[in-house]
Amino acid sequence: MTDLLDRRLLFVTGKGGVGKSTVTAALALLAAEQGKRVLLVEVDAKGNLPNLFEHPPVGFDPVAVAPGVFAMQLTTEASLREYLKLNLRIPMVGRIGPIAGIFDFVANAAPGVKEILTVGKVCWEVRESIEGRAPWDLVVVDAAATGHVIAQLDAPRTIRDLVQTGPIRNQTEWMMAILSDPAITALNVVTAPEEMPVNETIELVARARAETDVPLGAVVVNRVLPEPFTVADEPVFAAMADGPALDRLRQEAGPAVDTVLDAAALAVALRRARVPHLDALRAGVDLPLLYVPYLFVRDHGLRATRMVADALGAELGL
Amino acid sequence: MTGSGRPAVGLEALLASREVVVFCGSGGVGKTSTAAATALAAATQLGGRVLVVTVDPARRLADALGLDGIGNEERRVPDAVLRAGGCTPRGELWAAMLDTKASWDDLVRRHAPDEATAAQILDNRLYDNLTSRFVQSHDYIAMERLYDLHSTGAYDLIVVDTPPTRNALDFLDAPQRMADFFGGRLLRWLTAPYRLGGGRGARFVNFASKPFYQIADRLLGTQFLQDIAEFFLNFETMYSGFVGRARAVERLMQDRRTSFVVVTTLEGAPLREAEFFCSELTARGLHLGGLVLNRVMPEAFTDPAVAAAARVLTDDPTRVATALATTGVAALADPVAVARVLRTVGTSFQQLAVVATREAELRAELSRVPEAMATVPTFAEDVHDVRSLARIGECLLGAPLPSARVRADAGAGEAEHRPR
Repeated sequence: MTDLLDRRLLFVTGKGGVGKSTVTAALALLAAEQGKRVLLVEVDAKGNLPNLFEHPPVGFDPVAVAPGVFAMQLTTEASLREYLKLNLRIPMVGRIGPIAGIFDFVANAAPGVKEILTVGKVCWEVRESIEGRAPWDLVVVDAAATGHVIAQLDAPRTIRDLVQTGPIRNQTEWMMAILSDPAITALNVVTAPEEMPVNETIELVARARAETDVPLGAVVVNRVLPEPFTVADEPVFAAMADGPALDRLRQEAGPAVDTVLDAAALAVALRRARVPHLDALRAGVDLPLLYVPYLFVRDHGLRATRMVADALGAELGL
Repeated sequence: MTGSGRPAVGLEALLASREVVVFCGSGGVGKTSTAAATALAAATQLGGRVLVVTVDPARRLADALGLDGIGNEERRVPDAVLRAGGCTPRGELWAAMLDTKASWDDLVRRHAPDEATAAQILDNRLYDNLTSRFVQSHDYIAMERLYDLHSTGAYDLIVVDTPPTRNALDFLDAPQRMADFFGGRLLRWLTAPYRLGGGRGARFVNFASKPFYQIADRLLGTQFLQDIAEFFLNFETMYSGFVGRARAVERLMQDRRTSFVVVTTLEGAPLREAEFFCSELTARGLHLGGLVLNRVMPEAFTDPAVAAAARVLTDDPTRVATALATTGVAALADPVAVARVLRTVGTSFQQLAVVATREAELRAELSRVPEAMATVPTFAEDVHDVRSLARIGECLLGAPLPSARVRADAGAGEAEHRPR
């Protein structure tokens, strides 16, 4: 799995609430720390990604948010504007507003049009980099959540099947070549050891295989809780939380020690409740699993991003 | 402010006075289980016919409620299931899942002028795309289905779990957007060249749309545009039905009988979204019922006295272990093992205390949102049965009391709206 960062294009998806953006940011940071020049792309989203580097919001033009990490916010309209400029050389500086509105309308109803503009831009950056015209060693995409990512990645094929002629159709071929090349592209899924995220991950991996040609990379299991006690330690913990031992413990540490014991019991129970979900994930997915521990931190800024990057680095053997 | 799982009066009063309560919040905060627990608590404590509409419940929860494998129809959760989970039903609990595709098909059949047009629409591959991928279609159909269920008058209370969306507000705009979409000049303008031609396919581009078609043809090809236009010409036959419904759905959202409850955890991103949501609901003149804080660490974890006790265990485990060995408890005879466990106990507390402190800080910063109406503590176990839902329900509404307000018995005569 050490070669994950040697690809050129990493998509990261996951169910809402599992830490998809944090893991995406951490992968970019890790790659940059390995000496790569990374383009970090957020697609049609709320613009939270720069927060994870404690950097103000960014726009369509890539901005350095950390050494070696350049972030950009990709929107359909900005992609369309650039597409028209680059591909059709249509002079539409003054008219882009209403035209973009109409395209937004068509794109909402017509399959794949909206997605291909954004995925197309991502693929374009990759192709330009491979051919030496853009500076990125790696493009990392904070992609759509599990429910929508298939439509996003499969857009070129959808367009090829629906649109019979025209430049958009003609461009689907090279995009599909990039998206389906295991040496270039990998779709990665972030999950958490909980029921819904695990189910969605198993379903997504199956769907990605059945419905797209996009190669799968790794599953990142986020928020893994530590196992506090070994099996041998358990009776010791049980004994000190009861009877004469508890009385003695209260004398030594104060009566508030009861709450400390409650917390430890909760930590054990939280960990135990997640074990079956981890088992289900291991049984249901035949991809490399990268474990990221639950972070007991006060906030999710650059420090947390770095901790996740370190954990991923250790898992990748870097 | 309530600490951990103490009853809050707000939600009970809200449930007793509303017909529709919509739960919203960002993904992963526990909206579905909170909505289901609220409905269960209403059915067992307040009575009446209570329906919970969920979008995508965890499989085991769906199983537990007997929802697995059913389509769009609402089903009654058997009293035996409630009793087995330790609940005594006063009223009836009903549950429904939202099947987006089936709901759309129903809508088309209802509004199409004839069966042939309905079939043409349903068979169109653009239709599949519109209903399964059009960004607002899930949101819209959820609200449309809610309107449908409400207008049957069969339920005293409908509790709704909103679909996961990138922007939790999208579903509020969905009726308006659908009305705009089908009623908009843009659609007429786009299809006009095909309409004017008399026969479909012949295209007479007028002056205004000429630049658009020049570009669109170059990008997408003429055939594709024609497919789109034909599809919309069919869809347009449903225009008045659709827009009328979208307006009615919108009115239900704004009705005083409808309330919104925002669910969040005490984490940065979900909380920011919850704050935004609260202010936006208020700005739109919608009724904000309140805020539910979910999966909150016990407040006692921030107590300095407890932290001091934990420090004794982490800093001086050997001394404490030696003391425990004198109690003669067999399991505590090995001071080395005991010291290791003591240190781990202290460390475990300290880790959770960091989370509890972060939560307390975020809670103190809550400025743009109303006081929390209920706080649900972190439970170790997953919410996958009636018993665990009931436990959440107790935190939301308080434990069942003999004096709890009871609704009039459910029955056929209950269909009309309660007076305000």
